[in-house]
Amino acid sequence: MDWSWLTGRLSADYLPQDPVTIGAAVGMPLAILAVLVAITYFKKWGYIWNEWVTTLDAKKIGIMYMGIALLMLARGGADALMLRAQTALEPLGIELFDTQTFQEVFTAHGSIMIFFVAMGAMFGLINIALPLLLGTRDVAYPFLNSVSFWLFFAGMVIINSSLVFGGFSNGGWLGYPPLTGLEYNPGPGVDYWIWALQISGIGSLLSGINFTVTILKHRAPGMTLMKMPIFAWSVLVAMVLVMLAFPVLTATLGMLALDRVAGMHFFTSDGGGNPMMYINLIWAWGHPEVYILILPAFGIFSEVVATFARKRLFGYATMVAALIGIMFLSFVVWQHHFFTMGAGANVNAFFGIMTMIIAIPTGVKLFNWIFTMYKGSIRFTAPMIWFMCFAVTFTIGGVSGVLMAVPALDFQVHNTMFLVAHFHNVIIGGVVFGYFAGIYYWWPKVFGFTLHDGIGKLAAYAWQVGFVLAFIPLYILGLMGAVRRLDSYDDPTWQPLFIVSGIGVGVIALGFALMVIGMAYSVWKRKELADTTGDPWDGRTLEWSVPSPAPFYNFAITPRVSHRDEWWERKKAGLKVPTRSDYEDIELPKNSALGVYIAVAAGLIGIGFIWHIWWLAIVALIAVVVFVIKRTFDDDTEYTISADTLYKLDKEARA
Amino acid sequence: MTSHAAHIKEKAANATLGFWLYLMTDIMIFASLFATFVILRDGTNGGPSGQELFNLEFVMAETFLLLVSSFTCGLAYLAIKHGQKRRTLVLLGTTITLGIGFLSLELYEFGELYLAGHDWTHSAFLSAFFTLVGTHGLHILIGIIWAIALGDYISKRGTTPDAVRKFSLFALFWHFLDLVWIFIFTVVYLLGAIS
Repeated sequence: MDWSWLTGRLSADYLPQDPVTIGAAVGMPLAILAVLVAITYFKKWGYIWNEWVTTLDAKKIGIMYMGIALLMLARGGADALMLRAQTALEPLGIELFDTQTFQEVFTAHGSIMIFFVAMGAMFGLINIALPLLLGTRDVAYPFLNSVSFWLFFAGMVIINSSLVFGGFSNGGWLGYPPLTGLEYNPGPGVDYWIWALQISGIGSLLSGINFTVTILKHRAPGMTLMKMPIFAWSVLVAMVLVMLAFPVLTATLGMLALDRVAGMHFFTSDGGGNPMMYINLIWAWGHPEVYILILPAFGIFSEVVATFARKRLFGYATMVAALIGIMFLSFVVWQHHFFTMGAGANVNAFFGIMTMIIAIPTGVKLFNWIFTMYKGSIRFTAPMIWFMCFAVTFTIGGVSGVLMAVPALDFQVHNTMFLVAHFHNVIIGGVVFGYFAGIYYWWPKVFGFTLHDGIGKLAAYAWQVGFVLAFIPLYILGLMGAVRRLDSYDDPTWQPLFIVSGIGVGVIALGFALMVIGMAYSVWKRKELADTTGDPWDGRTLEWSVPSPAPFYNFAITPRVSHRDEWWERKKAGLKVPTRSDYEDIELPKNSALGVYIAVAAGLIGIGFIWHIWWLAIVALIAVVVFVIKRTFDDDTEYTISADTLYKLDKEARA
Repeated sequence: MTSHAAHIKEKAANATLGFWLYLMTDIMIFASLFATFVILRDGTNGGPSGQELFNLEFVMAETFLLLVSSFTCGLAYLAIKHGQKRRTLVLLGTTITLGIGFLSLELYEFGELYLAGHDWTHSAFLSAFFTLVGTHGLHILIGIIWAIALGDYISKRGTTPDAVRKFSLFALFWHFLDLVWIFIFTVVYLLGAIS
């Protein structure tokens, strides 16, 4: 009897062959095993299951997002180090990788950094901060939030398991066909890429709906849209973009998967297919995606700058207008990613001009922050240092972006290191620095102690210096014609610049290490660094009105809002001590394990498709349907905390 | 109003807004598939085009079934709002039956094309056709499963406010699929038959 249906195309041939990958493939499972043994040894399974895995508390879900994002930053950063080590050392005859592995590594680097670091950190910070900023107890759909997180987790597991079984895609982070089609890539690598992105992408889509409804429906009484903190505005705009852009990704990846699994001809070079259609579709998602990532970072900076300059944010209304302007513009620029496609001069001119226009609302924001600082009494804390590094770096990145928006110039630098330098310039200098500022800023609210400020500043400086060393050489190389994504270059005069770039990545790694060391040190010294007031930065918005760490119910009494900087105004007017009659019964969601079950089943669907184990995909699909129906028709999902209990809890927390 | 009642009401309003937003995201999925279909419809790879394959009378029958099911779904929603449990269940059952009828016709059409050798592997046009129409069919299947689960819930718990809220979301979904079908009927079949 033929049993091959049981395991699909899974076989020992797909185990890793080269030494670097074997090292990772052995090391990773061992590390996971060690963690599992440690949990068992310390008898923490119950704690992890009850307090974390099944939790529907947005703050805890946010912490888990951040944990995964930092872990993946280490993985994606290790990839980056290896890539630049290869291009720095290869002319000396030291070759780390063969070409195939090199391609897999840069594909993994890009996919992991965007989907599992940037997206993860974004949703992490939103989960942690948004309900508190809005003065609400939870997100609109706490259960959906848990599903989103675990789908993200399942995608993360899939992308990393490719290291052990079968290898990863070699098609770049956006997987252009026909290279990623069946003809040139019959193995499981591209399928790993598709399903990791598809599953986590659906999680992001659900989060987009969740946070949009949260912002539109869950604001504290009195908080009109124009009284929301700017961070909430930036999230609202980003989430609208998620809802409009991510379905395009879902459909596009679905069609690519059908090409590969069912032998369809959407994006093949034969059979009437059209690979350029894929490139249009993927960028119709991909360009809004970069704004999805950067806008919440802008929101974080707006809070950070106002707090540490001890001044009201300058130009609130123009900030909102700029956000909404960017929201519309981000959908009419996607073609600038492929001016060289041959769409014609008029089409290119249109998209070029639209792209340049985006610089205007972005410039408005930068000036608003600078004017907020003007005549403020600024405290140069770690979040503020991240902001200063951002303001300079991001501006340079923006300017190089406007350069590339000129189609004629883009023909010269298209697909070169210049582009690589540009988008790292805006993503590291914008997104990453923004989220790091958010981590240092909101850390005390979540954990009850601040991060060591000195080490935090050192980390920021290391990232900044490392960034300049790593990417300015790439601008120069790109202008000289160095094509991206190559593991070897013929021109020996380029080697010094590649070596400088390699050193720069090392300095960035040092910055990351300093962050981790700073976190460990702060945990160790948490007594000295404890935040007893709940308001360590003399903040302006509602999250600083509750004790640190924020209690699971967020606000014991639903706040009533009458100012943009509500907490600041209250402090000025003098705070009142609440009395027993101010408290009411509240309802909170019960824990649920169905979120993690749904995600496990979704992950198994992915595994089934990757390895052609069809029975597994079908069984898992049925399981998803059953779990969803079970949850949909369950009416008993909440529990009540009485006003008395709440009064007692709040008194203890404030003592 | 007590805070508990306000909380329930707020949840219902949230669910409706969230579902509308979900439908918007689904429109974006269909928009992507429509755009791809329109771009790839001429990529017949030497094979048959829509004009040679589509049977408009047959598609008309499909359309009729789906439109009537949308009508019975609307009537069922009125019934549940008036607390008429039996009437709701009968009308929901009719909706499900009509939906199954639609899906059977669609599968029959797919089967005929497949057996005639015009399956999705032969051209970009057929890939796009099967994917766009099939995605709609998949939604109909999900709707049918949802409707069955909903019928089971209503028969057990009656026409409670929770049941009405759940039904209103299903009704939105079912009408939405009707709307998407009108676009498929126009863009895929009608325009395909005349061009």
